[in-house]
Amino acid sequence: MTDTLPDNHRLHLYREMLRIRVFEDHIFELFEAGRLPGTVHQSQGQEAVAVGVCAHLEKGDFITSTHRSHGHAVAKGIPLREVAAELYAKAAGCCHGKGGSMHLGNLALGMLPAIAIVAGSIPIATGLALSQQMLGSDRVTVCFFGDGAVGTGAFHEGANLAAVWQLPVVLVCENNQYAASTPFDLTSPVPNVATRAQAYGIPAVTVDGMDVEPVRDAAAEAISRARKGAGPMLVEYETFRYCGHSRSDRNKYRNEEEERRWGERDPIVRQQRRLQEAGLLDDEAAAQIRAEVAAEVEDAIDFAQAAEAPLPVALWADVFAPGEAGMPDYWPGEETGEVSQ
Amino acid sequence: MNQPRPITVARALRDALTEEMRRDERVVCIGEDIGIPGGWGGAFSVTWGLEREFGQGRMRNTPISEAAIVGAAIGAAIGGMRPVADVQYSDFLFCAMDQLVNQAAKLCYMSGGQLRIPLVLRAPVGSNTRGAQHGQCPETHFFHIPGLKIACPAGPYDAKGLLKAAIRDDSPVLFLEHKLLYGAKGRTQPRAPSVTEVVPKEDYIVPLGTARIWREGADVTVLGTLLMVHLALQAADILAGDGIEVEVIDPRTLIPFDWEALEESLHKTGRLLIVHEDHRRGGWGAEIAATVHAEFGHLLKAPVQRLAAPFVPPPFSPPLEAAFVPSADQIVSTIHKTLAKDYDECQ
Repeated sequence: MTDTLPDNHRLHLYREMLRIRVFEDHIFELFEAGRLPGTVHQSQGQEAVAVGVCAHLEKGDFITSTHRSHGHAVAKGIPLREVAAELYAKAAGCCHGKGGSMHLGNLALGMLPAIAIVAGSIPIATGLALSQQMLGSDRVTVCFFGDGAVGTGAFHEGANLAAVWQLPVVLVCENNQYAASTPFDLTSPVPNVATRAQAYGIPAVTVDGMDVEPVRDAAAEAISRARKGAGPMLVEYETFRYCGHSRSDRNKYRNEEEERRWGERDPIVRQQRRLQEAGLLDDEAAAQIRAEVAAEVEDAIDFAQAAEAPLPVALWADVFAPGEAGMPDYWPGEETGEVSQ
Repeated sequence: MNQPRPITVARALRDALTEEMRRDERVVCIGEDIGIPGGWGGAFSVTWGLEREFGQGRMRNTPISEAAIVGAAIGAAIGGMRPVADVQYSDFLFCAMDQLVNQAAKLCYMSGGQLRIPLVLRAPVGSNTRGAQHGQCPETHFFHIPGLKIACPAGPYDAKGLLKAAIRDDSPVLFLEHKLLYGAKGRTQPRAPSVTEVVPKEDYIVPLGTARIWREGADVTVLGTLLMVHLALQAADILAGDGIEVEVIDPRTLIPFDWEALEESLHKTGRLLIVHEDHRRGGWGAEIAATVHAEFGHLLKAPVQRLAAPFVPPPFSPPLEAAFVPSADQIVSTIHKTLAKDYDECQ
C-alpha cells in the first residue's frame, strides 16, 4: 500500500512532521526563556502518529485530543498562527486565549478543543460518532489518547459503548511508553494496549508509530472501515516523546540507552531517507522545505507575540451559549461583562 | 364536553419528550433501562412506551456506564443532536462527575465559545426510604458549577414547560425531578403530595430563569423548590388560620435565578425563609441568604431564615428520614421565628 502513495502525498507527510518538530522546538526555547505562560506538553518524537492519522481525514471528520495537543492541532490543519497565539494566550488564538496549550482546537476544522483530563475525551468521541451515525453522514471521529488512559473507567465505558452501538470511531492510542513518569509495564498486566480491545470485540492492531507511512496505512484501514459503517477499531502506535512529560520534566526516570534507541527511529529522519532513496527529495529540496517551514514558524510566533490579549470582558463570555433560549445569568453584587470593561 | 384531564408530573415529562421528539428529529434519549419493549421506561417510567413511536434508535438504552452516558450525550450534542440523557437516581451523577463538571460545564468556555452543548441531563432526587445512596438532593453540588443550568420543577405544568425549554436551550441543563412528585401511588410513597394539574394542549415553554408564585401573601416569603414547595403550601394553609399570609415562591431554575421575582416579593413581605431538601450547611440557600442580606438588606424586616436537611447522609429508617427532610410543621415554626425577629424591635 505504501508504494502506491502519490509522491506529493509522501512529501506532504514529511513536511507536516517537520512543521510540528520545528514549531515544538521553537516553543520549547520560548518556554525556557520564560516567554510563554502556563505549561506545555510537547510531542517531539510523536509526529508520525498525528500526521499519519490526520493525513487520511477530511475537514469534516472530527478528532479529539489530549493535554499533548500541539501536534494534533497542526496535523488537523489549524493554522500555525492560531496555534501559536493560543499558546501565547492571545485573543487571536484558536480558543481566543481561553484554552491554552492543553485545549487547542478548532471545531470548524474538525478538532474538538483538546480535553486534558486523561481519557475524558473517549466517551465524548463516542458521542460525536453517534451524532455522525444518527445524522446519516459518512464522517468519522478519531480519538487520540495515551497509554495512561487505559487505566481509567472512561476508556472502558467509552470503548464498550462504541462497540455496542458500532459507532464510526477510531481509537488511536499513542503509546509513548510512559504515563508521566510511570512506565506502561508497571501499570498494565498485558504488554499491549491493543489487547484491551479484545474484551469489546473491537479489532485492534499494534503498529510502529515512528514510521509515518505504516502509521498512515494502519489509520487508513481503520478510518475507511469506520466510514463504511463497519464499526470502531483501535490502533495502538508505539512511539516515544523526546521531551519530558511537561516543561519541568527532565526525564530522569528514563535512561540514555533507551532514548538513543528510540532516537535512531526518528520519524522525520526515516521519511527523509525514504524520500531520498526513492529519488523524491534531494539535499537542495530538503533545505528548501526546511527554510519554508522555519519561515512559517517564525511568522506564527511573530504574529502571536504581537497579538492582543483578550479584553477583560472576555472573562464573562461563553460560560453559556448565547442565544434566545434561556435568560442571561445575573447575580446581584457580582460583576458581569456588561459593567466590567 | 371534553374537559382536559389533570395529569401527573411523570405524564407531563413524557408528553414533553414526545412533543419535542416529534418537533425535532435531533432529539434523542440516552439512558439506562429505556427503550426496551416490555421494560420500565427508566427507573420511574417517564419514558415508558416511547420506543413504540420513536424506535430504539432514538430511545438509546445504554450499559450501566454513567460516564459514558453523559460523555456520549456531550459528544452527540456537539455533533448536532439534542440529547436528553438520564441517570436513574441523582446519586449516580457522581459516577459521571468528570463528564459533567470538567467537560459539559467547561467546554463552551475553554473553547472560547466555539461549541454549543444542547444537552439535558435528567436525574431523580429526594429521599423516599431508599437510604443514603438513592435518596440525595444534590443540587448544591451543581449550583456551584459555572456552565450548568439547573431546573427543578415542582408540578406538571412546570415539568412540561421547563423540559421543553431545556431541550431547546443551547447550554447543558441539569434537570432535577423529585421522586415523590412523579405522581406514582402506592405504599412506598406516604409523604407524596398529590400534584396533578391541567396543562395547556397548545405548545408552551416555561422560560429558564422565571420564578412561579404558587401563593401570594404579604407577611412572609417562603422560597423553595421541588417537594418543599408543596410543604410550604401546606404550612401556608395552616398559618392562614392564624391570619398570617405566606407568599410561596418557586424559582423553578436555580441557574439562572429569577432575582427580580424574589426582590419584588421582599418589597412586599420584608421577611424570607428559604427551604430545601439538600443539606443546610453550604447549601444553595446560604448563597441566596447571603446575597439577599448584602444586596437587599434594606428591604428586610428580620434576618433571613433557612430550613434544610441536617449535615448527615440521607437515612433509611422512616422515622429518621422524617427527621431528616424538612416538614410542613417545621416550616410553620420557622416562619413564626422569622415573624418574631424584628429588626425594629431590636433597635
